[in-house]
Amino acid sequence: MPLNINLQQILLHWMNLAVLTGALYFLLYKPVKDFMEKREAYYRDLEEQAADKLAQAERLECQAKAKLEAADDEIHDERMRAQQAASDAAQEQLAQAEEQARHIIAKAEAEAEQSKERALRESQREMRELAAKAAKKLAAKPGDDFFDQFLDLTEGGRAHEGR
Amino acid sequence: MKQQKKGLAVCLAAAVLLLIAALLTGSPGPSESVQEAMRDAVLHGTGQISLFGLMTVNPGMISALLVTAFLLLCAALIRVFAIPRFRYQPGKLQLVLEELVGLFDNMAKSNSPHRSRFLGAYLFAAGSYIFVGTLSELLGLQAVTIHGHPITLPAPLSDVNAAIAMGTLSYLVILSGGVAANGLGGVGKTLKEFSLPISMSFRLFGALLSGLLVTELVYYYVALSFVLPVVVGVLFTLLHALIQTYVLTMLTALYYGEVSEPSPKKEKKLQAENA
Repeated sequence: MPLNINLQQILLHWMNLAVLTGALYFLLYKPVKDFMEKREAYYRDLEEQAADKLAQAERLECQAKAKLEAADDEIHDERMRAQQAASDAAQEQLAQAEEQARHIIAKAEAEAEQSKERALRESQREMRELAAKAAKKLAAKPGDDFFDQFLDLTEGGRAHEGR
Repeated sequence: MKQQKKGLAVCLAAAVLLLIAALLTGSPGPSESVQEAMRDAVLHGTGQISLFGLMTVNPGMISALLVTAFLLLCAALIRVFAIPRFRYQPGKLQLVLEELVGLFDNMAKSNSPHRSRFLGAYLFAAGSYIFVGTLSELLGLQAVTIHGHPITLPAPLSDVNAAIAMGTLSYLVILSGGVAANGLGGVGKTLKEFSLPISMSFRLFGALLSGLLVTELVYYYVALSFVLPVVVGVLFTLLHALIQTYVLTMLTALYYGEVSEPSPKKEKKLQAENA
């Protein structure tokens, strides 16, 4: 044949190439490709897991934020309630103190009134006793003016100015 | 730095001495004319080699078998020793292997998105074969012809039979993709490109042969076989290996993708089924 083309050798080359293709596929191409796919799947899984974790973390962050906001609101309410309670307690204590003060004042006034009345009664009684004593003395010394005697007695024996 | 300069000077002196010796010694005289050498490089009419005593074949056939054996040995060693030790953070060898497999796999997927599994495997094998086969001529492996003369084994694809086998097998792979995807319609699509096996075969053959002829020409004359082979031998061979690997695999992937693309009717039917 022209150019030394030989069908037998072409067929031998075909056989050679077919064997090479098959053997290289099983020995090298397929194992390397399988490994690359396995690694790709591994990193894809990792990526998916990371994405899942990220989503979960974002969800948790949202939940935490919501909880924090709720806690803030609760704290605010509690503070308001505490302030209100403290204010009420202070008002009550103030009212009690005022009531107590009024009661003390009233009691003091009553006691002062009683003391005053008692002192008045005492002084009246003493005056009556003194008057009685003076009258007795006057009665014992005839000739003296009763009134001057009384005044002498009350002034501790000093002579009356009018005398 | 000083030692490097000394080494460079010694190398240069040795090169000059060798050049002078080669020029003074001269050649014993050509055993064949340059025309005969060229014709023999193309046709291998006189350089036939016995294949295990069963038949005589071109030296390219022996090269092809040696390249296949080398590739399979490497693949087996890698399969046994390297692949079980693959890690998720790859080392150097693993990186190279993954890059190679990924290169052909991506080429198959990008050119033939509908059907790429077999194509990727074929492109990997064909690419490895063309690249390593082309580089094998740098080794200058020797064989003995049936006439008892020593001969340097050429690149497998510089043999027209190997190039035709490669081109026609690629065409058959393309045809198989068309049949698998579109049945008889795929056969029609593939046969439409009837010139493809011829163009693929002779493109490979021509490209590899041109490199071989230039190298033969350079080595034919003693004066040219000094320093120049570094450029025409090594660099051209490397370029050939890369370019031819890329061209054949890319063309195969491109045509495979074209013929294995589902016809519009079939695609509509598939979409309706999916819906």
